[in-house]
Amino acid sequence: MFEVILLQFVNGLDKGGAYALIALGLTLVFGTLGVVNFAHGALFMLGAFCAVTFQKLITLETVTVDPTQLSPWGTPVEVREPLVQAWLGDFGAVLVNYSVPFSLLLAIPVMLIVGIVMERGLIKHFYKRPHAEQILVTFGLAIVLQEIVKAIFGANPIPQPVPADLRGAADIGAMIGLTPGIITYPIWRLVYFLFSAVVIAAVFAFLRFTTFGMVVRAGMADRETVGLLGINIDRRFTIMFGLAAVVAGMAGVMYTPLLPPNYHLGMDFLVLSFVVVVVGGMGSLPGAVAAGFLLGILQSFASMTQVKALVPGIDQIIIYLVAVVVLLVRPRGLMGRRGVMEA
Amino acid sequence: MNTALISRNDLLLFLGFTIAVLAMPIWLQPFGAAYPDLMQRFAIYGIFALGFNILFGLTGYLSFGHAAFFGVGSYAAVWSFKLLTMDAVPALVFAVVIAGLFALVIGYVSLRRSGIYFSILTLAFAQMSYNLAYSVLTPITNGETGLQLTLADPRHLDRMMGVTGGSPTLFGQPLFGYAGFYFCAGLLIVAFFIAQRITGSPFGMMLKAIKSNQTRMHYTGFNTRPYALAAFVISGMYAGLAGAMLAITDPLAGAERMQWTASGEVVLMTILGGVGTLVGPVLGAWIIKYFENIFSAFNEGILHRTFAFLPDGVEDVVVTVTSKFVGEGWHLTLGLVFVLIVVFLPGGIMEGVRRLFNWARRPASVGRASPRTQPAE
Repeated sequence: MFEVILLQFVNGLDKGGAYALIALGLTLVFGTLGVVNFAHGALFMLGAFCAVTFQKLITLETVTVDPTQLSPWGTPVEVREPLVQAWLGDFGAVLVNYSVPFSLLLAIPVMLIVGIVMERGLIKHFYKRPHAEQILVTFGLAIVLQEIVKAIFGANPIPQPVPADLRGAADIGAMIGLTPGIITYPIWRLVYFLFSAVVIAAVFAFLRFTTFGMVVRAGMADRETVGLLGINIDRRFTIMFGLAAVVAGMAGVMYTPLLPPNYHLGMDFLVLSFVVVVVGGMGSLPGAVAAGFLLGILQSFASMTQVKALVPGIDQIIIYLVAVVVLLVRPRGLMGRRGVMEA
Repeated sequence: MNTALISRNDLLLFLGFTIAVLAMPIWLQPFGAAYPDLMQRFAIYGIFALGFNILFGLTGYLSFGHAAFFGVGSYAAVWSFKLLTMDAVPALVFAVVIAGLFALVIGYVSLRRSGIYFSILTLAFAQMSYNLAYSVLTPITNGETGLQLTLADPRHLDRMMGVTGGSPTLFGQPLFGYAGFYFCAGLLIVAFFIAQRITGSPFGMMLKAIKSNQTRMHYTGFNTRPYALAAFVISGMYAGLAGAMLAITDPLAGAERMQWTASGEVVLMTILGGVGTLVGPVLGAWIIKYFENIFSAFNEGILHRTFAFLPDGVEDVVVTVTSKFVGEGWHLTLGLVFVLIVVFLPGGIMEGVRRLFNWARRPASVGRASPRTQPAE
């Protein structure tokens, strides 16, 4: 029984990691700029498509027909050679194999630029407007972004390969001295969980231990005073928006092997992430992370057959149900600060 | 009707609206939209948007889960067809009542919070309904296939009356083609009238007061929640009515009608037309449904013919660019237009019209000194 519970617990971690990363970005944006960003899911999706683009780029290949070799049915064999491999040799092969993690290198600058352009170009004009209008404009933006992606990449999901060394499952149970064979877990999902933990830790460390982070935190607490001290807080907040976009994008990149991305991936995750943010408490970074993992794990428990037999359909609604209960019982969320969006 | 009960402007607006709706088959001719199927949808989504506006436009509560009521209305109507009779009236009544009850429950819970929390709560409820409709409630909703009429349906009332026939009727009249359109148009006019009366009534004033300053309302000693809840339920009933009408014109109900993108669509309609106005949401619904229909029918062939007057090279470029915005990609256009509207014209088309009027009227009033002097207080 203990193993079963542990298994469900681990099962929820990767999804929880994705929720936590998106919710973290949402909370950063909300906490700094006070904007409710419905386009944040689209940023996750853009990140995923950075991975797709990268993978397409590095698998560009030359096709030569080799008349000396014949295939089993007698036609000349087409020899495909990836250009990267031709140019870079072994490193090229590694690059192709590890295309997903390497596409982070593409995703980070791209997402940073996308985020900053978005903030400067559109969201900047909505600080003073009501939340309803912020929701509406970012919702429209999300539609635009996802339709652009659809126009370029088509409507079908595009599967991404897991690096060959990281395929298969790890027997976690055996590692920690339990009966082997019960708690096996796909390695990539473990990687995803570790990755999300590292990113979350990095964001927190950035905010906690750098001067930049300190100023940003001060700005979150009292924007006006920080501005009066002669600090250009707007510029820093813009960079924070870019950072939030990068976090969402990286989350998207690494999630591609788990779920082939399609253009409405962002919307699917967005709704859940908002629920996560609200459960964690609007504007609370630890709350967003905790709620992300909590809901991921709860969802995993709810999809156990025993639980489903008890309450049919619970796996479909558990997250929303938790959100409703939390909002009604504890209006500011699990870890929300007093007075922040408590209406 | 006693004219003292209704102001002259309201009466004119109502009459104008009635004429515009009933004359749709004529004035939509040049736009190529004057066929019953599309006009029915105009009427249906017009009602949906009207109802949404009673909540969002008057009270300012932005619901992101209104499609749930629309879907529930559809399901209820189809069940009425299956169990009772193919007549449209019981289906409508049944759908409105069920949607109203559903809205009462969801509204009672959701309205405990406001602002973004309210949006998230309604969204959560709608997603729950959607997910359940796909999974556990399959016996009621028939899951992914969608609820359909079958020959084996009991249809108890019809059987008792000895009526046969497999398509929706109104007192024995089949609702095909123009009959169906006028049926929907009639309902739209009635719905518009009710919405107009609500907006002008003391109850409507109350709702507007909730939008402008709820805290002050509390301090003055009003309990605002029953009013907001009433608005929520009314608007849910409108959505249920619209859903039922969609089921009447095409007896099929699927869970995708409850998805949150469908809720987003009605928000788009309302914003595009003009939040808080009476005509605006209906106009927005018409425009979106019109362009959805026209734009999505465009393909490269049509575009090539349209731009045939251009030199060949230019033509190809123009066609390639525009083809991204029509056909499959028309949602892109919709999203762009929507962003532009929210940025530059938050009041929607109605505000645009008003600004145009003011701009056109201004030159006349230049000579007079400040025509709108505020009285000293």
